[in-house]
Amino acid sequence: MDIHPIVKITDIKKLKLLANLIRQDIIASLVAAGSGHSAGPLGMADVFTALYFNVLRHNPKFPFWEERDRFVLSNGHICPGLYATLANANYFPKKELLTLRKFGTRLQGHPHRTALPGLETTSGPLGSGLSQAAGMAYALQMDKKKSRVYCMMSDGEQEAGQTWEAAMFAGKNKLRNLTGILDRNNIQIDGHTEEIMPLEPLKEKYEAFNWHVIEVDAHNIQHVINACEEAQTIYEKPTLIIAHNIPGKGVSFMENDFEWHGKPPTAEQGKIALAELEVFRKKIEKGVD
Amino acid sequence: MGTINPQAYLREKLYTEIKKAKTRDGYGKGLVKAGEKFSNVIVLCADLSESTRSQWFQRKFPDRYVQVGVAEQNMASLASGMSAAGKVVFISSYAAFSPGRNNEQIRTTISYNNWHSPPGKEINVKMGGAHAGISVGPDGATHQALEDVGLMRLQPGMKVIVPCDDGECEKATFAAAETPGPVYIRFGRAEYPSITTEKTPFQIGKITEFRTGKDCTIIANGPLVYEALVAAKKLEKKIDCQVLNCHTVKPLDEKTLLEAVKKTGCVVTAEEHQWQGGLAGAVCEYVSGAYPVPILRVGVKDRFGESGEPDELMKVFGLTAEDIIKAVKEAVAMKKKI
Repeated sequence: MDIHPIVKITDIKKLKLLANLIRQDIIASLVAAGSGHSAGPLGMADVFTALYFNVLRHNPKFPFWEERDRFVLSNGHICPGLYATLANANYFPKKELLTLRKFGTRLQGHPHRTALPGLETTSGPLGSGLSQAAGMAYALQMDKKKSRVYCMMSDGEQEAGQTWEAAMFAGKNKLRNLTGILDRNNIQIDGHTEEIMPLEPLKEKYEAFNWHVIEVDAHNIQHVINACEEAQTIYEKPTLIIAHNIPGKGVSFMENDFEWHGKPPTAEQGKIALAELEVFRKKIEKGVD
Repeated sequence: MGTINPQAYLREKLYTEIKKAKTRDGYGKGLVKAGEKFSNVIVLCADLSESTRSQWFQRKFPDRYVQVGVAEQNMASLASGMSAAGKVVFISSYAAFSPGRNNEQIRTTISYNNWHSPPGKEINVKMGGAHAGISVGPDGATHQALEDVGLMRLQPGMKVIVPCDDGECEKATFAAAETPGPVYIRFGRAEYPSITTEKTPFQIGKITEFRTGKDCTIIANGPLVYEALVAAKKLEKKIDCQVLNCHTVKPLDEKTLLEAVKKTGCVVTAEEHQWQGGLAGAVCEYVSGAYPVPILRVGVKDRFGESGEPDELMKVFGLTAEDIIKAVKEAVAMKKKI
């Protein structure tokens, strides 16, 4: 059977509206769950949108389509963002977002590959995603497949040694079909990354490991798409996109506050957050965002 | 009186003409065989290609061999990713490092990642744990993996195999390639007596009865299978011992084990591993709930290894036929008291 990837959305206004919707779904699912991580999913909502509605070659009707691009979420704790994106991309019914973290759900607290269509790996323990993505990229290259592999990582997990083992392997093997996306929001659960364990200079570190590195404003969807396209032009190296973002983006009281790394909004806070996002949605509609 | 089970097709002159071979040679041969049959078999190694024998595969299939350097954690998760993209991946290192160092990566990115896989979408990572047990010898305790079977046995869905000789290791390696899902195969460095022949049956999850007997069941794996056969031979005029080769610690062949304990009424376990958590653990856990009988354990008694010559260490750590004989006598005495 001939399977085709879904049609890319190129209209930035449409993509912004989708990102806004995904943020609203993240808030709703976290309120329903009563636990989970808020800041990361909101911070990466624009990147998730760019990936699933423009960059990735995929088809939700055929999650195992062999020619698909793979998306590996290494920082599994931001899965509310991935779940909301997958639901909006029609991998599963949206109402299931309200089952997040509850007994019997397919939306496990950290993603489990076989639980939900569209998930490529099980993740949560930090530092293992880039290895899995590099393994996929290596095997796909062996088989001369055109599929690309995208791996989202947190900045906190750059502290894990395994990340650098994988970076070294990807550099050695010139995994041109591998694109890392670093969720650079400068926070982790115990505080600011540069206080917990300084990571900079990240760009130079990856370059020293033989990666091509691009830095982008992760809230500029067009720039994210451009960076993913640039990665496809680099033949000799894997590419890392450092996606600078504001944790909690879109909800004023969550933005840039590491206290929101690992907790959900209460029902009351959820209402305020949704109201703020709704105001922002109207601005996007009017083109005054 | 019990005899060597003719259905096991063991080597003739097992006791009189001892032929020794390296179990890891079986891993090397099995890899090549699997590579010949399946074009999607690939082999990863973490800078130990000669001693794990993965080099034999490398020579034959250089394009399907991946050197990952001293990075066992990366190796486990790379293998998971490669498997998700359609490969059957063997990862090879010393058991002390894989699964010793990368236990969490195996747990999350291999075992749990595989959990509830639809047919055909399993995570097919096969782990070769080399140089396991104290018979690594002079390298000392850091390299003498004595906990690996226990570690791997605790992971849901994992299959754990400890072959008794080179021929069985070759069969186990090939069988692992054919079996869906994660498999751990554990073997040592030293040369051990070859017991099996090409005709000896091997099936993952199936105990092979090597010797029939009615007074006591000796259940063993790895190099302790030969010691168990020697013990049974030496005891034959006084105590009639059954010898079971339990190469697969998980899933445990409960049916065969239950039949055995009902017949003999006492058990001695024998393995080159901590005496808790491995084969002994598996047997005790099952038998205590199914048909409680005395079980005595021959294994390493909750301590670390140390440097020495393999034969010397096996004696010091109580892993010889003589130690099995002592345990059998105690087990039979306990049975009589009950």
